[in-house]
Amino acid sequence: MSKQSEAERKRLAMEKSLTQLGLLICEQIQNQEFPWIHMQSRSTDNIIYDPEERQYVLGPRMIRRHSRNIRHIRPFTQLIWTSWFAKELVKHRKTSTLREVYYSARGQRDIEYSSQQESDSIITDLEVALNRAREDFHIFPEERSAIFGDLTIEYTVPGYEGRRTNLTDHPDGIMIGPAVTSSEFVETSADKVLVIEKGAMFTRLVEEQAHKRFNAILIHTAGQSPRSTRSIINRLNKEYGLPVYIFTDGDPWGVHIAMVIISGSANAAHLRGLTTPDAKWIGVWGTDIIKYKLPTEPLTEFDKKRLQELKNDPRYKDDLWQRELDIYIKLEKKAELEAFSRYGLNYIVEKYLPDKLGGQ
Amino acid sequence: MSRGEGPVVDELEYQSISPSDFFYRNREIAGFSNPSRATYTAVRELLENSLDACETGRTPPDIFLRITEVEDHRDTETKIYKLRVEDNGIGVPPEHIPKAFGQVFYGTKYELKQARGTFGLGGTMAVLYGQITTNKPVKVVSSTGKVIHKFQLTIDIQNNRANILEHVVEENPSKWHGTAIELQMDGDYSRVMYRLIEYLKQTAMVVPYADITYVDPKGRLYKFERATEKMPPLPKSVLPHPHGVDVETFKRLLAADKSATMKQFMVSNFQGVGPKTAERFLEMAGVKPNSKPEKLKPEDIVRIVRTTKEFKDFKRPIASCLSPIGEELLKTGITKELGLTQDDYINVVTRKPCTYLGFPFIVEVAVATGPTIRKTLGPGITIYRFANRIPLLFDEGSGVIWKAVNKNINWKTYSVEPETPLLVAVHVCSTKIPYKSVGKEFMADQPEVEREITNAIREAARGVRAFIRRRTRLQRERRRLNTFAKYLPKIAEFSARLAELEEPPDVKPLLRMVSANLPEVEKKLEEVPVIVETE
Repeated sequence: MSKQSEAERKRLAMEKSLTQLGLLICEQIQNQEFPWIHMQSRSTDNIIYDPEERQYVLGPRMIRRHSRNIRHIRPFTQLIWTSWFAKELVKHRKTSTLREVYYSARGQRDIEYSSQQESDSIITDLEVALNRAREDFHIFPEERSAIFGDLTIEYTVPGYEGRRTNLTDHPDGIMIGPAVTSSEFVETSADKVLVIEKGAMFTRLVEEQAHKRFNAILIHTAGQSPRSTRSIINRLNKEYGLPVYIFTDGDPWGVHIAMVIISGSANAAHLRGLTTPDAKWIGVWGTDIIKYKLPTEPLTEFDKKRLQELKNDPRYKDDLWQRELDIYIKLEKKAELEAFSRYGLNYIVEKYLPDKLGGQ
Repeated sequence: MSRGEGPVVDELEYQSISPSDFFYRNREIAGFSNPSRATYTAVRELLENSLDACETGRTPPDIFLRITEVEDHRDTETKIYKLRVEDNGIGVPPEHIPKAFGQVFYGTKYELKQARGTFGLGGTMAVLYGQITTNKPVKVVSSTGKVIHKFQLTIDIQNNRANILEHVVEENPSKWHGTAIELQMDGDYSRVMYRLIEYLKQTAMVVPYADITYVDPKGRLYKFERATEKMPPLPKSVLPHPHGVDVETFKRLLAADKSATMKQFMVSNFQGVGPKTAERFLEMAGVKPNSKPEKLKPEDIVRIVRTTKEFKDFKRPIASCLSPIGEELLKTGITKELGLTQDDYINVVTRKPCTYLGFPFIVEVAVATGPTIRKTLGPGITIYRFANRIPLLFDEGSGVIWKAVNKNINWKTYSVEPETPLLVAVHVCSTKIPYKSVGKEFMADQPEVEREITNAIREAARGVRAFIRRRTRLQRERRRLNTFAKYLPKIAEFSARLAELEEPPDVKPLLRMVSANLPEVEKKLEEVPVIVETE
């Protein structure tokens, strides 16, 4: 089976399962039954940390979305409409964004959402109901992160089928959009993945030729990484066995960006294939602040509260995490990625990263 | 007298003033305090006289009212208006016309029975006010069904009598009866327009058997149509109740009486006093039953009057001198003027007669709520106050009715929330309404009257809670049904498109399943028991 037909097979399977959902509902109505669907509960008490999977998963509790229930009938209708909208996307090989879905519903009387949050939540329901990620039914988030490095991909999107590109072709990196997400990976000479939280540091690393120096694929998450980016990281780790290193700000928010890449988020507990449990967080650690004498800022009350929360989170139970969190708390300090600039623009490539990557 | 000719004290002169002169000098106490209020009061007094005249003749009233602008003084805010009121009442006999419209304190209202006016003051005050502001005579046309008499009059203020400027007698081939009065006055219509129309509307509520037509200064026509020909029974004249009499009245009765003994005097001049009661009462007052009335000393009279307040064995005052609107008529009137429908709730209660200080009175209350009340009166409680079938529009907050509604009733007991639209209409009828002022706009809080009003509101409001609960539940059920009717077809439409079927599945059987419950719910709601508020 060629790679081309693999992507096509996925698309057709998606289309078919959406059609089946429609048939199920129609059948229920024909049987004079108020239509309903079964799905896993997404309520917080049904989101459980699974130590084996090393991520949050949905528990066994199922709920019925039932149109007989006056409180459910509107979201139920929205769910069916969204399914239809998704099917149109899949069928016509189009993609859309969360925001576009929200605005498309605006044109539909009685279906329109009161906020995008409501629309996003219905899309998540559909993911749970179909047991698929929204990217599978061609709905993408707005945030765009970027990728740069020696990786050749082959597009599957309409008009580009079979076309190949190398991700070093563009010096600003290539945006991780629907086309990259749905592409097949052809080959790479890289032997690791370096994930960076911030755009400025990503650009610096490209300029300093870090991809050559460390033989790495560079990925910029632009803050909390979008799912498509997490999915790419997961694939690089799984398909090519590349180790993944994550480099974030040295504060509770940066730490958590790394953790979501490693162990996933509660919001995506119903999805698999988004986590990379073996990825390593390499900094900026609390110990780095001391070791490299980095310029710091004091922790805010909000930072301190968040650090305590993280300390009690089951995903942070390992020694390294507990040790580093304790150091931030003890120092009452945090440091950004840019803090290394005090030693010159290339210090991070010349000194810090070799230290960190060499030590792994 | 010039200075220095004598002491100043000599100039002081004591003079009595005529009633006309008194009211000329103190017109604000009769409701003529300023041009806009005077416009309102003049219309009110003339209109009420007309209604009384029609009711006395048992004729359903046809009232025509017109206010025309005659002159605009450009320098002030007031204007000269011509006021015309016509009725189809019994008419005024020609010999009474000059006195009825040209003399203060003259009229048909000195007997003891319920009537709109109290002093025979209002109509003449309007004439007097017109005269002093415009110096124009009043025109009166009246017929009792025979010939028609046309008068032009002015009031001789100092001597309290009429000057007849013109008197014409005309044939009356159509046997018309009624009275038309036309006067000019300085007034301010624009400021009182809203109240005046509200006054007419509320009048139409309590006089649903009247047809009232009003043409305003801009030529706009307002019509308040009759909803029924039925009229409440006429009040009967009765003797005074001993409890309500004062020293002055007692003296007048004595002067006019020819009884041989005090016992006989008591029996023939007061209601509810038989020979035995008279004897026991006179004994308690320390007066011999067979003593001669003309021999009474002033201190005896004072003692007798004081004893009337203490003596417990008089019968309750007779209520046949009262004329309540009645539950049916009040309901008809409010329903027609507010346009209430089947979806609204209205309950009217006419209470049994009661007394305060020897005066009989009856309280009637209408309570209404529902979608029409919300639309026309808005959320919250609206109070309509009536006294002897007159709407009271001023000084609501000072009156006893406001107090009863807002202080004495715990509306939560009736499921009435602050935003619930609710009308509370209270009518008090009595031979003597306990007004706080001559302007007759609000009632004093006599404890008996206050208690009776409060109880009447409680009684009338009993069904409100059940209605509100029922409506809330029905609304919820309807909303539910609407929700299904809205979304089920959408689910069918989009699931069919999703399944790529030609036709969406039929949702009608499902909708029938939800709606089948509605009549059942309604039936259950009918069974909600009526609650009684306990004090």
